[in-house]
Amino acid sequence: MRPKQRRRPGASVSTSQTLADLPTGQRCIIDRLELPDDLARRLMELGFLPGNEVIPGKRAPGGGPRVFRVDGSEVALRDATAAKLFVRRDPESDFVVLS
Amino acid sequence: MSSCHGATPRAGLLPNPSILPPTPASERPIIVAIVGPPNSGKSTLFNRLTGLHQKVANFPGVTVEHRMGKAKLKDQHEVFLVDLPGVYSLHPRAEDEQITHDVLKGEQPDFPKPDAVILILDVTNLGRNLVLAAPILSLRLPTLILLNMADDLAVRGGKVDVTALASELNCPVALISATKGTGIDRIQQFLLGTAVRLNAPPPKIELPVLQDVPKCRQWAAKLGVRASYQAPAPPLWTRRLDAVFLHPIAGPLIFAGIVIAVFQSIFSWAQPLMNGLQQAVLGSGHWMTRILPDSPWRSLLIDGVWSGVGAVVVFLPQILLLFLFIGILEDSGYLARAALIADRTMAKFGLQGKSFIPLLSAYACAVPAIMATRVIENKRDRTATIMIAPLMTCSARLPVYTLLIAAFIPNIRILGDFLSLPAATMLGLYFLGFVAAVFTARVLKSTVLKSRGSSFILEMPPYRWPTLRSLSLRLIDRAKVFLRRAGTVILGVAIVLWIVAHLPLHDGKAPTLEHSYAGMIGKAIEPAIKPLGFNWKIGIGLITSLAAREVIVGTLGTIYGIEGDEQSKGLQAAVHHDLSTAGAVALLIFFAFAMQCFSTLAVVRRETGGWKWPIFQFSYMLALAYCGSWLAFHIANYFLG
Repeated sequence: MRPKQRRRPGASVSTSQTLADLPTGQRCIIDRLELPDDLARRLMELGFLPGNEVIPGKRAPGGGPRVFRVDGSEVALRDATAAKLFVRRDPESDFVVLS
Repeated sequence: MSSCHGATPRAGLLPNPSILPPTPASERPIIVAIVGPPNSGKSTLFNRLTGLHQKVANFPGVTVEHRMGKAKLKDQHEVFLVDLPGVYSLHPRAEDEQITHDVLKGEQPDFPKPDAVILILDVTNLGRNLVLAAPILSLRLPTLILLNMADDLAVRGGKVDVTALASELNCPVALISATKGTGIDRIQQFLLGTAVRLNAPPPKIELPVLQDVPKCRQWAAKLGVRASYQAPAPPLWTRRLDAVFLHPIAGPLIFAGIVIAVFQSIFSWAQPLMNGLQQAVLGSGHWMTRILPDSPWRSLLIDGVWSGVGAVVVFLPQILLLFLFIGILEDSGYLARAALIADRTMAKFGLQGKSFIPLLSAYACAVPAIMATRVIENKRDRTATIMIAPLMTCSARLPVYTLLIAAFIPNIRILGDFLSLPAATMLGLYFLGFVAAVFTARVLKSTVLKSRGSSFILEMPPYRWPTLRSLSLRLIDRAKVFLRRAGTVILGVAIVLWIVAHLPLHDGKAPTLEHSYAGMIGKAIEPAIKPLGFNWKIGIGLITSLAAREVIVGTLGTIYGIEGDEQSKGLQAAVHHDLSTAGAVALLIFFAFAMQCFSTLAVVRRETGGWKWPIFQFSYMLALAYCGSWLAFHIANYFLG
């Protein structure tokens, strides 16, 4: 399966930052998913779709998968997957304090 | 519990129209499907609408479970509800999603297309949940949309205009709380409407192109705006609890603490209840011996059936307690966190965190666990999980472990009041099964089932209080399954065993056990099991336990029942005649590893589509059991004397 690039129409700036690079609480906007089609589709159904806001949250103890807040719910992803989700920083970029 | 459990055959709940009971007034029963994303409260709603008028069944040809139930309405009307597996869309990825898709499209063989749909959505997360409305409404079936968790929405300061949403979607919409039971009358109205006039007009609205996920999302977002939807604040308690449960140090410690506490309480809390049941079984056996005339039939009834089945039924409290704990962990939302914590460890063995959930339920029973592997999308990961699931310590091993531990392991406290030696032994056996499972996984995943790196995507549900209602439904369900097994498999084995233990007749009299057919079979395999420290009587138990593990307890009950004098001393004392402590340790190890369960083999065959995997599984588990118990016997002998 060849990774397929998905690009939001109108997204002009290409970005090389991924969800895996962000510190906890850093708001960001999904730019594109460079994943096989079916995996990308599942992630989009869960809310990881271009233009949507994602906030990285807690990591499982010992460096396991990380929980991302997206669309009012929380979804856990491994770093290997998160590294394929390219993001833009929010223009009014700010940190959210996650208790 | 009226017609569906009464004279009408229970097949009345089966969806196949050809075997539905003839209903006097209407032609065929009305079927309403309940659909929704995972964690939206489908099952809670289903339980609330049907109560105990439900049963779990498999779709013909596949092993995906579905639940059918009957909802009673006003004026003698009733409809059949079917609870379909949770889906995020009608674009199937895993097998259970395929079923939901096929049933709704009317493509499932032997299953009539539903007459109407109840779509249940989590209103605290409407943005994502509403997306599912598009494919459901495109089915053009009468549809009721339920916005569940209305109580949560209100508490957390969100709101939604139901009337506006209903007019946008052109179909009835209701705010409900399935756990609290608010808004249920609105559902009954809808069902009654469906029951009375089948040709309710399907909604006509414009829908987005279903293949295009971003388009569907935009459509859902626009709907949300028009219905002035305000998403609630994130659940505060979920974050606070996650701060503790996912804490780098506290998290794993709590995880271990919960597991230990569960095992300790299974062992100590269930004991009084089990003692009570045991007294009842023994007492009623003595009482029947007194009132019945002496005949072979009395012997069959008391020594065969009563001792055999009774010895197993005694373990009901313990098994229910285990299911209660698993139910609490699952319903509260902790299980998803456990999967998250476990992912890193599971990845080391080539599996993923999602495999953890079926493996944990395999602690209760491997059969539902093997069915639960459907959530794993990667086929090789799934096969590997199926292969190792029976190594997890299922509840059928509990009777065997409990009997042997209580009989042979001295009750010494090793950690103050917190942990005793018997509980620690039990915990050790559970741990042993787990270790054997993960190493088998490692071996399989690096040889025959090698695959590219798998992904792990898991939604974290918010923490919720488990409800008494759903927990008790679970327990009733489990108790039924257990007692049905005791009444069929175990009863059958007990009767057959009693017969082969009483033949051939010598001068019209039953032989001693040693000279009966059962004894001969036991003697025949004795050379093979002698190196493990087992004699021919244990051998009889090993053979009968091929049907199901707990049968060995029933078998020993029957054997000692037949031998007479030892019955009164109870099984724990009697088993000392045939096992040394080292032999008991070896027997424990044998049961930890061996594949003694017809039901599991059958379900593995169905799930993997052939005999190859179940035969492989049976052979390697037997080999593991034989070598493991041989080692255990010799090591224990060395240390114990």
